[in-house]
Amino acid sequence: MQITVEILSFLAKLLSGASARWVDCNPDTCQRVYFANHTSHLDALVIWSSLPADVRRLTRPVAAKDYWDKGAIRRHVAKSFNALLIDRKEIKVHRSPVDLMIQEAGDTSSLIVFPEGGRSTTGELGEFKSGLYHLGKKRPDWELVPVHIDNLNRVLPRGEFLPVPLLSCITFGPPIWLEKGESKADFLSRAREAIIRLKEI
Amino acid sequence: MFSTSPLSNPLIAWVNPNFLNTPTIVLMAVVLGLLAVVYVIGVLIQRQPESSLNPAVVKAFNSRVRAWWLMFLILTSAVLLGKTITVILFGGVSFWALREFITLTPTRQGDHRTLFWIFFLFTPLQYFLVGRGIEYYGLYSIAIPVYVYLFIAARIALAGDFKRFLERTAKIQAGMMICVYSLSYAPALLYLTFKNQDGSQWNGSPASVLFYFILIVQAGDVFQYIWSKWVGKRVIAPNINTSRTWEGFFGGTLSTTLLGTVLWGVTPFNHWQAAFMSLICSVMGFAGGMTMSAIKRDRGVKDYGTLVEGHAGILDRIDSLCFAAPVFFHLSRFIFSMNV
Repeated sequence: MQITVEILSFLAKLLSGASARWVDCNPDTCQRVYFANHTSHLDALVIWSSLPADVRRLTRPVAAKDYWDKGAIRRHVAKSFNALLIDRKEIKVHRSPVDLMIQEAGDTSSLIVFPEGGRSTTGELGEFKSGLYHLGKKRPDWELVPVHIDNLNRVLPRGEFLPVPLLSCITFGPPIWLEKGESKADFLSRAREAIIRLKEI
Repeated sequence: MFSTSPLSNPLIAWVNPNFLNTPTIVLMAVVLGLLAVVYVIGVLIQRQPESSLNPAVVKAFNSRVRAWWLMFLILTSAVLLGKTITVILFGGVSFWALREFITLTPTRQGDHRTLFWIFFLFTPLQYFLVGRGIEYYGLYSIAIPVYVYLFIAARIALAGDFKRFLERTAKIQAGMMICVYSLSYAPALLYLTFKNQDGSQWNGSPASVLFYFILIVQAGDVFQYIWSKWVGKRVIAPNINTSRTWEGFFGGTLSTTLLGTVLWGVTPFNHWQAAFMSLICSVMGFAGGMTMSAIKRDRGVKDYGTLVEGHAGILDRIDSLCFAAPVFFHLSRFIFSMNV
């Protein structure tokens, strides 16, 4: 398990040439939700690898069950990274994905989420699903950290399996919280803007 | 596994006095001394709190000196370890430079597989051919300009995306030509058999010629920069690069030519030939710097490294070498070698 993690994060770092920047935000072991634009299969892996080791241990990527539960290799990888698998197809009313995330994260873990729900094909940031809003509402103590992933969609775009070793950049921005009385639409567009702003910095 | 005579083992070529001869060692020592001097100067300037110099200039100077140290150490150890290791080292530099180049060049998803082959097949292949020796000159001198070019165009067409087709083909090809093809001529110098003025075989080391070449090109950069800062008035192309002036170009080229002439002893050239070769190196280095500035301006960045780390990338350091290498190699081969 540990070996899979080490090898995969080493390879991901080597291939993506990822450099991590922290803008108005520092690595911390407090409970956080890292929300990022989703452009490539490597996203979660590269974000996870660019965190410091002590933060990494407490951070779990949230991934799609329909994809990562297929076949022994994917299951092994998901398990190695302690991924939190969410069923995108069968969403049950009494046990929503947000409740599952909160329950699984407990009082120590941080999460990596991709609020667009899937990989974008154009490179543009799509509309956010409402999960992030519900997370912010139910756990107001969690820091919501915007993360911008630059160029990784060119390293391994959707539908490709061979990587091209370009240089990518991961930017962590200042945390945001759900403001009192802020509507769902307002919050989601503010969160989306927070990621877009990191692109310019 | 190892032959009984240590002299014939390529891994310890440094034992071989033909590869690492006295002039090479003297040249390395001179460079080492120069680097030590500029390093001390840099440290002294930085310690001076009330210096009249712009702190950004001091910082840039010190980062440049650090890059030179790195370049010197890597190059020296590679040369000590032999030709093959040096070729592999240059291949790595090309790979990284191409990475920076393509990162800043917009490509489309249709180029993805083309890029994969460019990075993982054609870049290593070029250096493999160079490492096979001068007999492969006929192949490695056209592999990228002809065959890789045809491959890029056909592979992009095959991917089915016609948008800005010629532009994308040209961009990828330009990256290959500058970062891989041109630079690969630097280690190719090691495989030339040089001749003396009377046509007999020169018994010096090609390693010292490579060292001489890199030293002259780097010196050309520095001299042009110093002259520009010192007496520079007439900027050559303000839209491309505001720090390159005609005074810098002429003064720098003159100084480089003088330095190259003084160091003639480590090469098979006589005084006049050494002066000519250094002149060419300085002019080509200048051309390389200007070209890369133009590309950077077009992409809206100052340095190739800015996207990733906030300091200059590898391509900013080798742009002049890339342009000077093919010309220096071809002149060496046609005029001063027995390999024609």
